[in-house]
Amino acid sequence: MESLFILETNGKKNYSNTMSEIMTEKTEDPKIETPIAEKYKLQTKDVNVFYGDFQAIKDVSMNIKPKTITAFIGPSGCGKSTFLRLFNRMNDYIEDFKMEGKIKIDDNNIYKNKIQLEQLRKDVGMVFQKPNPFPKSIFENVAYGLKIQGIKDKKLIADRVEKALIQADLWNEAKDNLNKSALTLSGGQQQRLCIARTLAVEPSIILMDEPTSALDPISTAKIEELIHQLKKDYTIIIVTHNMQQAARISDYTAFFYMGELIEFDKTKKIFTNPEKKRTENYITGRFG
Amino acid sequence: MTSIQKNRLKDQLFKFWGIACTLIGLVMLVIFIGGILVDGLSRIDWAFITDLPSRKAEKSGIWTPLMGSVWVLVLTAIISFPISVAAGVYLEEYAKKNRLSAMLEINISNLAGVPSIIYGLLGLEVFVRIMNLGASVLAGALTLSLLILPIIVVATREAIKAVPNSIRDASYALGASKWQTIWNQVLPASSGGILTGVILALSRAVGEAAPLIVVGALAYVPFAPRGPLDQFSVLPIQIFNWISRPQQGFIDNAAAAIIILLLITFIMNGIAVYFRNKWQKKLQ
Repeated sequence: MESLFILETNGKKNYSNTMSEIMTEKTEDPKIETPIAEKYKLQTKDVNVFYGDFQAIKDVSMNIKPKTITAFIGPSGCGKSTFLRLFNRMNDYIEDFKMEGKIKIDDNNIYKNKIQLEQLRKDVGMVFQKPNPFPKSIFENVAYGLKIQGIKDKKLIADRVEKALIQADLWNEAKDNLNKSALTLSGGQQQRLCIARTLAVEPSIILMDEPTSALDPISTAKIEELIHQLKKDYTIIIVTHNMQQAARISDYTAFFYMGELIEFDKTKKIFTNPEKKRTENYITGRFG
Repeated sequence: MTSIQKNRLKDQLFKFWGIACTLIGLVMLVIFIGGILVDGLSRIDWAFITDLPSRKAEKSGIWTPLMGSVWVLVLTAIISFPISVAAGVYLEEYAKKNRLSAMLEINISNLAGVPSIIYGLLGLEVFVRIMNLGASVLAGALTLSLLILPIIVVATREAIKAVPNSIRDASYALGASKWQTIWNQVLPASSGGILTGVILALSRAVGEAAPLIVVGALAYVPFAPRGPLDQFSVLPIQIFNWISRPQQGFIDNAAAAIIILLLITFIMNGIAVYFRNKWQKKLQ
């Protein structure tokens, strides 16, 4: 079991934030919202999600700090993916979807009517469970996000593509084959391409929905290494079924069960000394 | 005989029965094409294609109906392609799944089953009379466009449905609008399937005679059409006309024209198959 917990405690971010503390910090008083907003990249308050009559998320409030990795864990159907997809409004396409509560990114309510979805998604990138490159060339895949923004400058696009591929650790493998179809890449390479594609539009948050569940262990290790590097510049939220993975890569871990946020704390705390019995049971494999 | 042996025998029997059934259609086609080739092949030369119609069988050519067919085909393609692809995209990507869209869907399927001569009557009333286009190439093309519209709509929808949702998700997640997603990802990924549907539909249109006769295409036109409002004939009507003459010379002409018509449809179907294979490979 020890091997699970090779965690670096980041001394800089040593403020404790158990659920109760977050709740008291974020009182109803609007005057103290500003300092909190500086401290938190993403805040959710009393979020409920319904699919028709089914309530998928129950009263979830959570604050996420900038440039951290937060893992969402929990058994299948616990709502962790649904919750993740709230942050770039990917649930909007689902029929009968209804959401209550507030979600703020950089202190902007992203469920305000006037919000530009395109703008939001430029800022909040997403990597999916199965690698889903477009059936186009590697270059076109990475350039797509820029082209749909109306960027025409070829030099700029080429530079950003190169930068994104370097960041995603795919440049050395792909630089001679940029015009080859993305579908010729291996699964792990395709997923790194999808990460590069997301990085190219320069988001500040990256959502990852079980990004390694379709990959072999070596590709998984590469992606995890990559996620670790990306933390320098991005706020990362990752849904994972793999608890070792959560323990390995994340700073904070949120445990979901039946649509509720059971516990949210530093990963080390969650995996060594959880507050709730249910968290402990799940983490030690007694259920789930 | 044990039951295993019995089953094996049944297996074998059905296999031969199946082969026989498959061959029926094929043998018919071979006999038909063989007969046509014997009658018509010797008649085909450059002059047969470029000659204008004549009262004498050996001087008659198919230039005017061939050009008529080409005109009708091109106009039909230009008219039906944007309309039916747009309708297919709307139904698949935009229409909410409710009663109305279900009704639309059922009716489009029904349209595909309406006999072609009914379309001819519709064309006669709407395009020839109300829109006052006369018995023109344009009226004929509009009528055939209606005829093949449901076919292309259905093909478009199938092709769009085959595009995996993960591609749409990826596009939306990068900040693309719905239209950008459709234009940049969904349509290119489904273009092979759409194109296949369009070509197959057009190859059906090029063989139609009945609706065009009702619209007023003529059996005898002295000159190839020069514009969309000119009178016209098409190959199937010319074939029908020749084949109903008593003289052997005209029967041979009909056979030769059939070869040309078959060649056109085979080539079109071949192109359609080519696109379909290429498309399937692309989507894996």
